[in-house]
Amino acid sequence: MTNAVLTSGTSTLPSTSKRRRPHEEVASWFLVAPAASLILLLLIMPLAAVLGLSFTDYQLGARAWSYVGAANYAALANDPVFWRSVGNTATYAAIVVLGSTGLGLGVALMLGRSSLLTQVWRTVFFLPVMGSLIAMAIVWEFMLHPTFGLINAALGLVGFAPVNWLQNGDTALGVLAVIGIWQQFGFNMVLFLAGLSGIPQSLHDAAEMDGAALAWDRFQLVTWPLLAPVTLFVVVISTIRSFQVFDTVHALTKGGPNKATEVLLYTMYAEGFEFFRTGYAAAIAVVFVTAMLLLTLAKVFIAEKRIHS
Amino acid sequence: MSRIDIDGIAKSFGRRPVLKGIELAIAPGEFMALVGPSGCGKSTLLRIIAGLEREDEGSIRLAGKPVDHLPARDRDLAMVFQSYALYPHLTVAENVAVPLTMRRLTTAERLPVFGRLSSRSRAIRREIDAEVAQACAMLGIGDLADRKPGQLSGGQRQRVALGRAMVRAPKAFLMDEPLSNLDAKLRVEMRSEIARLHRRLETTFVYVTHDQAEAMTMADRIAVMMDGQLIQVGSPEEIYADPSDLRVAEFIGSPKINVAGADAARALAARLDDPARAQVPGLRLAFRAEAATLVDPAEGGLVGQVVHLENLGADLHVHLAIEGQAEPIIVRRDPHAPRLRLEERCGIVVPPERLLAFDTSGLRLRAPQMRIAA
Repeated sequence: MTNAVLTSGTSTLPSTSKRRRPHEEVASWFLVAPAASLILLLLIMPLAAVLGLSFTDYQLGARAWSYVGAANYAALANDPVFWRSVGNTATYAAIVVLGSTGLGLGVALMLGRSSLLTQVWRTVFFLPVMGSLIAMAIVWEFMLHPTFGLINAALGLVGFAPVNWLQNGDTALGVLAVIGIWQQFGFNMVLFLAGLSGIPQSLHDAAEMDGAALAWDRFQLVTWPLLAPVTLFVVVISTIRSFQVFDTVHALTKGGPNKATEVLLYTMYAEGFEFFRTGYAAAIAVVFVTAMLLLTLAKVFIAEKRIHS
Repeated sequence: MSRIDIDGIAKSFGRRPVLKGIELAIAPGEFMALVGPSGCGKSTLLRIIAGLEREDEGSIRLAGKPVDHLPARDRDLAMVFQSYALYPHLTVAENVAVPLTMRRLTTAERLPVFGRLSSRSRAIRREIDAEVAQACAMLGIGDLADRKPGQLSGGQRQRVALGRAMVRAPKAFLMDEPLSNLDAKLRVEMRSEIARLHRRLETTFVYVTHDQAEAMTMADRIAVMMDGQLIQVGSPEEIYADPSDLRVAEFIGSPKINVAGADAARALAARLDDPARAQVPGLRLAFRAEAATLVDPAEGGLVGQVVHLENLGADLHVHLAIEGQAEPIIVRRDPHAPRLRLEERCGIVVPPERLLAFDTSGLRLRAPQMRIAA
């Protein structure tokens, strides 16, 4: 009998070390269940629903719909408004990413040496990040008002003619981008400040001993290369956030004048909730999500490569 | 190779004084170790010499000329940091080249692609490459030239840091605990390697460490610092055999020097020709582990009980508990001598000339006061 116990004991030992015991398997499923079901309910299922909708001609409130295959996507490919929207979004993102990353880094470098004033400035620059963008947009609308706005008044003092910033097709997108930069750079600044504080002092000392005479030399030799991971993160986050621009467009220009500020999310909103073409809007959403996914994958890929090199 | 004069250097961080008037003259080509417990101000002193920190009072002279107004980069010194401080994004060769490219190439010539257009910059770069290769070969890291610091072991990184320091032939090398991040075995190897490097380069070295063994094995002279003051400067032999302060005696040497309290001191002095010599109040007598011999307890001297035997192969350290004294006395003994048993009682005898006497404040009492050697 003891023999039997021993043999069965030895035979089960290797298998338990490789495979989990049944009750552990149950427990592990039990433990991931809450998170998994939430992800399924709030992320995977809505995404699947949107993907499904994009292959239909469903209209918001309609009783019936039919499967139309890739017709929505085909229509998108031939829709000049959609391509205008893609171009505008890309332009907006390019300006905002460059501007908010550059400004965020510049301000972080200037604030780098910590003092009491630094804390005050940091808070000031971070305020737009915390504020509600719709409310901020309305304030901007007042400032940009063609007749009694603060900006035209200030420009008038130095002799410039008033500009109708938001109703002019040449300036509207640029103005929205400036508001985007103003709103985002504080966030980037905080990330850069964290990155700067992570650079060991000994590297700055080494650069000093090695004869880096100009601030530019030290920046090039130590600060910029060591901030590279933070910069990559900031650029990706800023890109994703600027692709998501919607609030300011909705509050200030509604995509106008003449589609000059038509951006992806606004087009999607207009198609879905103004023209009720839900199927078509779903197709835009799928394109948008795919673009975001590719961007995230690119970030992961580059970041991995950097770590292993 | 230059002399370094440290003249009345004082420094406080906030209200806390870190250096209290340091005077030290370092000869050209000398290997000077600044040694002391952590927080004694030795690193701050080194950073002041380097120019990375500004002194509140006093002056630093390099080769006779005051350099207090010069920023670190213009003092022509090289520094090796405890954390190596290698540029993580540059290869080994690029790291070593930095001090040369920074000094010989203009900002424009240092630009990635543009910088290589002019023939002048190409010629200088070729020169730099040759010097870097030579420095790397000398340190045995020639085959690592294309690696990044992240792919190197601690010892290899330390060599790269040394290469970056020596490639420029500076006036002096400043080293801030360069070996403390290495494992024990490598530390011993690098010790002799740095000493060899010093002999070969014949440059002034200022070496900061909290490890007395590093100071003892490498330095020409040791400056012992405690609480922001220099308490003794001398050759390793002097510092070891003739400490001027009990703190120096206790800091230098392993195992730690034995200090006998009042009762034990009387017992030791009883064997002297004139016991009255040990009558200074508060007197403390200290002796090294190798100065004492163990005798039969009947022969007198200080009597202790063996509590621990530490066999190091070449030496045997016998720990003896003394009545009325918290710390055991450690006596070195030939491991081939007759075996001792734990709890065995032994007499400890120290020849008078090997006894060091200190007063209550820890100051050394020399022979005339003590009349020991009279």
